[in-house]
Amino acid sequence: MVGASLGATAFAGAAGPLYGWAADLSLDEFLQKHYTELKPDELQAVLRRLEAETKEDYGADVQIEDVRPQEGVQFAYALNLSVCTGCRKCQEACHHENNHDRATNNSYIRVFEMDKGTLSFDHGNADYDHAVPKEGKFYLPVQCQQCDNAPCVTVCPVQATWKESDGVVVVDYNWCIGCRYCEAACPYHARRFNWQKPQISAHEVNPNQAYLSNRIRPQGVVEKCTFCLHRTRKGRLPACLEACPTGARVFGNVLDPNSTIRWVLENKRVFVLKEELGTRPRFYYFFDK
Amino acid sequence: MLSSVRLKTARGDERVACELCHSLRPTKPLPKNMEELKEFHLGMQFKHGTLPCTSCHSAGQPPRLHLASGAALEMVDAMQLCAQCHGTQFRDYTHGAHGGMNGHWDTTQGPRLRNHCVDCHDPHRPQIQAVHPAPAPRDRFFGKGLVH
Repeated sequence: MVGASLGATAFAGAAGPLYGWAADLSLDEFLQKHYTELKPDELQAVLRRLEAETKEDYGADVQIEDVRPQEGVQFAYALNLSVCTGCRKCQEACHHENNHDRATNNSYIRVFEMDKGTLSFDHGNADYDHAVPKEGKFYLPVQCQQCDNAPCVTVCPVQATWKESDGVVVVDYNWCIGCRYCEAACPYHARRFNWQKPQISAHEVNPNQAYLSNRIRPQGVVEKCTFCLHRTRKGRLPACLEACPTGARVFGNVLDPNSTIRWVLENKRVFVLKEELGTRPRFYYFFDK
Repeated sequence: MLSSVRLKTARGDERVACELCHSLRPTKPLPKNMEELKEFHLGMQFKHGTLPCTSCHSAGQPPRLHLASGAALEMVDAMQLCAQCHGTQFRDYTHGAHGGMNGHWDTTQGPRLRNHCVDCHDPHRPQIQAVHPAPAPRDRFFGKGLVH
């Protein structure tokens, strides 16, 4: 009898956080289907509900769109390591564009300070705090490499993350169960987990949002770079590229033979990070000095 | 940045268009060396290889430029002047692989604005100067050498 009572108490204690969490979860959200299975009218209802929730939770008036891949477009990114100065403007722009948590100053980009002559960013330092560029160092910004053979997609047990037709790896933030397998599988440390509900004051929220990209992510899900698909699928440049003061970043459609990205891939000695893993990234790096 | 100099004024460090003064008073011929520059030119720094002023500026008319051939060049066409020596950078720029930009990657959907050479490089001291970086993220796991 005492044992049963203790057991019940222990169960209630263990399940307590779940009840707290469930209080934040509406019935509509609980019953919501996977992004790829939503009919157009269902998806519109979801977007309007998320806008209302953002208003309620953050006090911000936002527009959440569903932006689909464009026909005949395959995105790729290249970064010139010879001119990157490590100023972290890209990281900062990402932080604001993608409505990251202000408390952690989170961003999809990490800029690693590296000793010249090395290329393993596992030994780089992303925590530097001195004038840049520093003698004897170079700077390696790392974000999602949008792999064509993406380990994060393979390991997801619920198919909450997948690769879209334009090459962008996306997450259905309402389908993710927060197991963090993808975070562990990514060799580029490109995925982040929302340990807490993101904090952003209403006037700092970027109101131009998309379901698969920069809407404010819920607590307990993994998030990642989407090449700013809410911008790039409308022909615009990603926020990190616009912020780069040195022009180190090149972005575009590899299917267009006259694009800047094609010129770089054809004329510079580009390489990818951790090529030996066979992830086939769409993010290329090069030195040209 | 084109046709302007960075000066310490009463309002602090700011850019002032050459024309602000030179439209009101005639420009004197260039001095023999940079140390002889006076007044508003005092704060200017010159470190562009070992080039003398007259490599780019016309001696009798400093607000005008000239190419290596001697052909006169307007300030707004200064990129041609830079390209004479910095051919690889100009080639990369022409193909969109050098220099910052904003706007659209797909120019059928909207404009793309490119930076000019002198938006980033002070023509008198072109090397990019060291800056203090934006703050690092404050990750739970973040510290020196730790990236998870």
